[in-house]
Amino acid sequence: MAKLIRNRRVVADNWLRLKLAADGGLNGNSPAVPAEGDVIVPLKLWLERHDALAVRLGKTGVWLESNEGAELVAADIKRLPLIAVNFSSFADGRGYTTARLLRERYGYTGELRAIGDVGRDHLLNMQRCGFDAFDLREGENEVDAIAAFDELPVAYQASAVEPQPMFRRRLN
Amino acid sequence: MYIYDEIDQKIVDQRVDQFRGQTERYLAGKIPEDEFRALRLRNGLYVQRYAPMLRVAVPYGLLSSKQMRMFAHIARKYDRDYGHFSTRQNIQYNWPKLEEVPDILADLATVQMHAIQTSGNCVRNITTDHFAGVAADEIVDSFVWCEIIRQWSTFHPEFNWLPRKFKIAVNGAKSDRAATEVHDIGLHAVRADDGAVGFRVVVGGGLGRTPMVGHTIREFLPWQHLLTYLEAALRIYNRHGRRDNIHKARIKFVVKEHGVQRFREEVEAEWLQLKDGPNTLIQAEVERIEKRFTRPAYEKLPGHDAALDTLLTSDTAFRNWHMRNVHPHKVPGYAAVTLSLKQTGVPPGDATSAQIDAVADLADHYSYGELRVSHEQNLILADVKLTELHAVWQEAKKLGMATPNIGLLTNIICCPGGDFCSLANAKSIPVAQSIQERFDDLDYLHDIGEIDLNISGCMNACGHHHVGHIGILGVDKGGEEWYQIEIGGNQGEVKPGVRASLGKVIGPSFARAEVPDVIEKLIRCYLDNRDSEAERFVDVAHRVGPELFKDYVYGKADPESPRRRRQLAAS
Repeated sequence: MAKLIRNRRVVADNWLRLKLAADGGLNGNSPAVPAEGDVIVPLKLWLERHDALAVRLGKTGVWLESNEGAELVAADIKRLPLIAVNFSSFADGRGYTTARLLRERYGYTGELRAIGDVGRDHLLNMQRCGFDAFDLREGENEVDAIAAFDELPVAYQASAVEPQPMFRRRLN
Repeated sequence: MYIYDEIDQKIVDQRVDQFRGQTERYLAGKIPEDEFRALRLRNGLYVQRYAPMLRVAVPYGLLSSKQMRMFAHIARKYDRDYGHFSTRQNIQYNWPKLEEVPDILADLATVQMHAIQTSGNCVRNITTDHFAGVAADEIVDSFVWCEIIRQWSTFHPEFNWLPRKFKIAVNGAKSDRAATEVHDIGLHAVRADDGAVGFRVVVGGGLGRTPMVGHTIREFLPWQHLLTYLEAALRIYNRHGRRDNIHKARIKFVVKEHGVQRFREEVEAEWLQLKDGPNTLIQAEVERIEKRFTRPAYEKLPGHDAALDTLLTSDTAFRNWHMRNVHPHKVPGYAAVTLSLKQTGVPPGDATSAQIDAVADLADHYSYGELRVSHEQNLILADVKLTELHAVWQEAKKLGMATPNIGLLTNIICCPGGDFCSLANAKSIPVAQSIQERFDDLDYLHDIGEIDLNISGCMNACGHHHVGHIGILGVDKGGEEWYQIEIGGNQGEVKPGVRASLGKVIGPSFARAEVPDVIEKLIRCYLDNRDSEAERFVDVAHRVGPELFKDYVYGKADPESPRRRRQLAAS
């Protein structure tokens, strides 16, 4: 079973991530959603079928592409146990904004998972923006990567995990 | 000088450790090449034509003599005994070894310095007026606001992977010496009628291959909201900036494509969500930052010095230097002095370790142990007593830093160009030298008066050629180096009423050897057509337009020029 970092621990990942058909469409049963087990479905599938998905046996989460903003799932925050944000490239930083908005503006408290081109050197900023689960790309070592969370323990900014900026904490 | 507290120091130290780890993992083959590239860029480390290049931050251009000596130490120990002061008020080293960079950073951290975010697609060094804190036309001390923004932007978790680099400039005086209208965001201090401080917010300016002058999206942002507003603007940019084309990725393209009105609405709507939140600045924090800046203990001095006046009358060379390189100060009895790094024959902005050490000594003896780097690539002693100007001049002469050309044609802004930079299409330093050699008559230079001549070796425009009154751009034509000439650019509202503007190309480009002749013809056109000595080159360029200048350069002008006719008529 695939591995995952969740809350700074390496755990087995028992979620199945579904992707859209090659043509990006939802024709027929594509992609086929298994009747049981926990799945993460693409946003498009979620938006079109969430009533049907809601009565599945097993949990249903949703994943957002880099260009799909937090507001697209804002109305569903309460019934989503997992939201994943895809980093199509590590250099595409839109997912950091998506994560902060989900946590800080929409009050999302479920699992927020970074997927895609996710490597050790990105974990710290992702965690500060609100991600708590990380599906590392091929070739990364999850056990070694956990050290990255402690690399810059002191930070100036307010963030998803630190509601007060340093200048307010300093003055206390 | 801003003095770190233990938190500021910890943040810099922990970054040294992090980067050392990244470098070790890269050298062990554990980080892919393209990803390490992005990681090292966030610490100012490029790989250039011949060797890595390390850009060290001089936050808002202000540094202490102790930090200056560290620059000399690094030049001696890790590089080829010199450094290059850049147009971003930073210093660059052209020959460090990649595996030694963590040691360089560790050395820098011992004097509260770093290379954080001096490159990469993140918020870069905040720049400002090199006369901040001493300018006679000061509205606020911009250093305080720069430091507040520096802290906010340092390792901001959301904005480390922006579509492209992001440059913020702050101007705290009436004159805009910080070129705020050609930055991604320019903040121009404003004082309301009731004395409240705020900022005019200008967005979407920039140079590079598609230069644009920025747009004001807010006339008055009360200071309390500075960080929430920046956060809103950066967030809109992070979401909507183009990531498919590196050449259209700066914020200026979002402003252009959305339109200023829509962009403003987007920023304001996002800001309403953040406004009055925890990032709202508080008076206690502004005061805390202010108190961490050391200030010169100015003496009560008369505003005039009779001995100085006598020397100015008797010594022509000193007078020339005083006229160009000495600048007014808000405290009576003091002046600011520019030490020129534009000696003919030396690449603009270059300084040897011996010069750097010597300038540190000058700062200690004559200017309260502080100095500044200007975006014109010179060094500034900001707090010199009038009674000591002559001594400073004599010391500067010994160092080769007394070239009396500030504001004049030979005070050229110039990028490293094809001699050092892998991006360059053409060399820029030899062009600067050939112009400096051609215009070596000081009386003539003074007659020409104030003019900015800027040279870039490629369209990335590190030499700011678009905002030179005369701009020179190196271009590649069939593998050969050619030079395109622009006129009429202006970096900002230094002279009241003359706003920032971009230069216009006058026509086909020239071979390198032709450039000094072309400059001479442009100057001839200016001298022939100015209505008085108060009308600068750029004023004439704006008034008469490029056509007349083209005629002079490309050979259609009447040899019996108006000036010549006037001279004949007068004789």
